Amino acid sequence: MMEIDRADGRTPNQLRPLACSRNILHRAHGSASWSQGDTKVLAAVYGPKAGTKKNENPEKACIEVIWKPKTGQIGKLEKEYEMILKRTLQSICILTINPNTTTSVIVQVVHDDGALLTCAINAACAALVDAGIPIKHLAVAICCCLAEDGYVILDPTKLEEQQKMKGFAFLVFPNSIHSVLPEGSLLVEGEPVEHGIITSVTHGLMSVEEYLKCLERGHAASAKLSDFLRRSLKLQLPSDSSKAK
Amino acid sequence: MGLPNVSGDLSAEMEVDAFRRLFPLRFYERHLSESIRPDARPLGRARDTTLALGAVASADGSALAKIGSTTMLAAIKMEVMSPSTDSPDEGCIAIDFHMPPICSPIVRPGRPVEAAPVVSKQLSDTILSSGMINLKELSLVSGKAAWMAYLDIYCLDADGALFDAALLSAVAAFSHLQIPIVFLNDDGKIVVVSEEGEGGKLDKEPVNKEKRKLTLRSLPFSLTCILHKNYILADPTAEEESIMELL
Repeated sequence: MMEIDRADGRTPNQLRPLACSRNILHRAHGSASWSQGDTKVLAAVYGPKAGTKKNENPEKACIEVIWKPKTGQIGKLEKEYEMILKRTLQSICILTINPNTTTSVIVQVVHDDGALLTCAINAACAALVDAGIPIKHLAVAICCCLAEDGYVILDPTKLEEQQKMKGFAFLVFPNSIHSVLPEGSLLVEGEPVEHGIITSVTHGLMSVEEYLKCLERGHAASAKLSDFLRRSLKLQLPSDSSKAK
Repeated sequence: MGLPNVSGDLSAEMEVDAFRRLFPLRFYERHLSESIRPDARPLGRARDTTLALGAVASADGSALAKIGSTTMLAAIKMEVMSPSTDSPDEGCIAIDFHMPPICSPIVRPGRPVEAAPVVSKQLSDTILSSGMINLKELSLVSGKAAWMAYLDIYCLDADGALFDAALLSAVAAFSHLQIPIVFLNDDGKIVVVSEEGEGGKLDKEPVNKEKRKLTLRSLPFSLTCILHKNYILADPTAEEESIMELL
């Protein structure tokens, strides 16, 4: 199979350089900034606050997402991203621990150079960890883009999205679990938790086989991302305790 | 608080309706274990669907779609506009989805529903990327005039599977659409021919002689499903959507 040439010289399976930093906003209960190449997103978490919104179930904690674009007014695209993020975060948080509370996640786009939604999901997840909101496992998001000739490339830049986009898929997987508990307790229906998928959003026309190919490529890359996430979230701990007032 | 015991003791004595309101998840799980749903549908069956074309007489194309109780009214109005410079021989489609307060008790006037802009955007993405409509067919005079189709979909009754019903009504409205007759007058402007006969006084050639329909290629179709524990339910109602989590 021919290799496809990407503008910045990456292989189809290679992700852009990742950077994650936590605790950057001092007033927010939790905050994180995540960047993949030039795409950078800032996420802040406030909560849990008392009370839920009107139509929400009071027996569970509620998550509210506010998406702020870099420029322009808030429109349908932002509302769609808010709903996707809200549903994804709801499935990773343990909602029964703090019932009748609202946790607000605010996402601010700093720069958009492709794969914006995945960057935002990763940033929101890191911010939730920083705030100490109880979550079952982390969410790792990947963007796969399908080019006209059927190649799957991961983590497209804005230029690649506009040129090659026959279709693309945003996939969110649970991260791999390293645990002290014995193997058996982590299996869901006999399969390890990380074989599952949390969210999948697709755009454009693609066949079922192409979608399944995107799924397995994304899944393979999610293992690398979840290692990075684990390493970057661990490092902060010793310095945090010295910051205690 | 001993909740499981409470429901176990009372379930024999409680009325079905009360049990359904108080313990909805248990009510549904009792049904799912028998592979059936409260409205007697098997798990994989969608509700009865009806489609009526031409529901709005004054619109250029319209359709009313019902999936079970979920009702959507779609109508298309065509207007002439000048095309953008980077696609001078393509028309444009603007899709908007509204959820007026009539559709559901959770929608109140003044507070926009969370779901409406999301469904609206998903609809436009689906219709534009499916290749159903060739935008070049909407062009009149290349570079100067093209059709803009305003598609408005109103939800009249929201009972689950909103996106499915909306997509069905949108596709049906496009299939019913008849592009009106226009002609080019001396100023170079496009004028729409009105219905009441101008008869033989037309001394200018109409740009399109008769009302034509759009050719639709691949029609997009959707099905909403819910995954709950081991069961996959197709075409959920609003009640099922609100108690089961994974959509």
